[in-house]
Amino acid sequence: MTAPAITRPVEAVRTRSRRGLRPGRILLHGFLILTSLIWLFPIGWAAYTALRPYGDTAKLGYVSIGGSYGFQNFIDAWTRVDIPKFFANTLIIVVPAVVLTLFLASMVAFAVSRYSWRFNLGLLMLFTAGNLLPQQVVITPLYRMYLALPLPKLVSDNGVFYDQYFGIMMIHIAFQLGFCTFVLSNYMKTIPKELNEAAVVDGAGVFRTFWDVILPLCRPPLAALATLQFTWIYNDFFWALILMFTGDKRPITSALNGLKGQFFTDNNLVAAGSIIVALPTLIVFFVLQKQFIRGLTLGSTKG
Amino acid sequence: MTDPAIRGLNEPAAPTGRRRFGILPPSGARRRFSLLTRRDKLVLGLMVGIPTFLHVFFIWLPTVASGVLSFTSWNGIGLDKIKFIGFKNYSDLFTGIYQPFWPAIQHNVIWLGVFLLIATPIGMFFAVLLDKEIRGTRIYQSAIYLPVVLSLAIVGFIWQLIYSPDEGFINSVLGTAGTAQAVDWVGNRKINLWAILVAASWRHIGYIMVLYLAGLKSVDPSLREAASIDGASERQTFFRVVFPVLRPINIVVLVITVIESLRAFDLVFITNRGLNGLELLSVLVTNNIIGEASRVGFGSALAMVLLVISVGPIILYLTRSLREEAA
Repeated sequence: MTAPAITRPVEAVRTRSRRGLRPGRILLHGFLILTSLIWLFPIGWAAYTALRPYGDTAKLGYVSIGGSYGFQNFIDAWTRVDIPKFFANTLIIVVPAVVLTLFLASMVAFAVSRYSWRFNLGLLMLFTAGNLLPQQVVITPLYRMYLALPLPKLVSDNGVFYDQYFGIMMIHIAFQLGFCTFVLSNYMKTIPKELNEAAVVDGAGVFRTFWDVILPLCRPPLAALATLQFTWIYNDFFWALILMFTGDKRPITSALNGLKGQFFTDNNLVAAGSIIVALPTLIVFFVLQKQFIRGLTLGSTKG
Repeated sequence: MTDPAIRGLNEPAAPTGRRRFGILPPSGARRRFSLLTRRDKLVLGLMVGIPTFLHVFFIWLPTVASGVLSFTSWNGIGLDKIKFIGFKNYSDLFTGIYQPFWPAIQHNVIWLGVFLLIATPIGMFFAVLLDKEIRGTRIYQSAIYLPVVLSLAIVGFIWQLIYSPDEGFINSVLGTAGTAQAVDWVGNRKINLWAILVAASWRHIGYIMVLYLAGLKSVDPSLREAASIDGASERQTFFRVVFPVLRPINIVVLVITVIESLRAFDLVFITNRGLNGLELLSVLVTNNIIGEASRVGFGSALAMVLLVISVGPIILYLTRSLREEAA
């Protein structure tokens, strides 16, 4: 929520620094360029290693130029490990989890921010605190619950939550609800209350007010949260590692644990595999950077 | 609602009592409620009830269960087999009968220390540098924040390419790759925690930078202008004027840093399953679930230790967001 008056003083700051610190600026740029290169190096190194055949690196050493370059490692990693299957596992979990989390969180946020109840604050505290718990605090009893809780055959082929896509999806939803509710309720508070009243005057019920009036106004935070949640759930390692027993059903990030050493036998394959698995999040980085950052910062600053 | 950062400054002395936390003024609330039909109330109840049930059932119920089970001995099979044993699990932990406990605490403390004293300040430093009007600041920002989108499991994979004794970058540069002199960065228990912390910080710094950049943008520029007119140097301006105004962000960053240090798991687990110098509380909890002997009571006691440490930052965060609510 930057004030419109922001431009003038910034201008002043800029001219002042232009006048003063020429050599300082050069030093600053030198430092920043160096830092950026160091920061990009690990990923660049992975990409470079992935492009080289194992034979060449074995002969010339990893820190070398020369030999041939190509995508064979990517093809090997892709086919040897059946990566499409793991990507599919991830999709089965991530897509419904993100949609449902946002839907449920926006309903709570709507109720908490647009109506004054006695429990508003308590609810918000409950969700916010739940979001901050380390996952390991809940995992031991949760694991037992997952083994015991029945599920209909429609969503669970073994009849319980454990070792099921549905179970992994549910824990993501339950856990991420905290953060999303917090962010969305902060946002909804900034929407004028008169809109609610107008909707009521028009004869809209509570759900219509939510769905047709308030929710469309929340597109910006919803887009940001969707990007962020996609990345976070895609990147989840812990839940599926513990709550999904069958290796072949694990989403890609958790599956890495089993693939390591077994399929990714040399560094060139590890590098290619890493790049492939990181690709969806790298796409987020390049295409949806603004949304991702807004999602991250929405939780820390308001609006 | 323009400037969250400054609000803390102008805030009047907090009135006591429930009213302070009210979201809408009580009079307005009453009027609104009278507009709700019975059906509306039912719908609202469901809209709140279903998500709340899910959250409580899958997050808070296990948390409470962890607390109860931490006083029991149970192998996880048959509820009637649960045996209350008082504080035995805890005494086993603290007296060192369970040997990995104190090393894990030590590693978690080191992790927290490095994050808090090194990584977080570096992230803030980068944010301060990049918040200025510099040509190409976007590019620098992107480079530093790139690791933030990666999963920690992938971070582990990528750094393996740098650390591995036979094929890793560092040993290749040193010429020791594949020889007896090769440094096993993640295998040698004297150094592996530090090597892993470099990789973890690589990601954490970008995260903190992004948060501070957002915070710095919300600082009223006239504050800096006033400070520089008063003849304050850039450093003075930051520490005396900007930093205090960033208080809300500072708290968020503090909480995130502590909680992330407690959650640390993926990176060490993907590296060597959290063994041999990389034991962390989170790993011990996991080992007591998926290890050969499932010790539910014991794992729960470990989880409670984690919970107790995280309660402080959680409360700090809650009070901070509640105060904003009142403003």
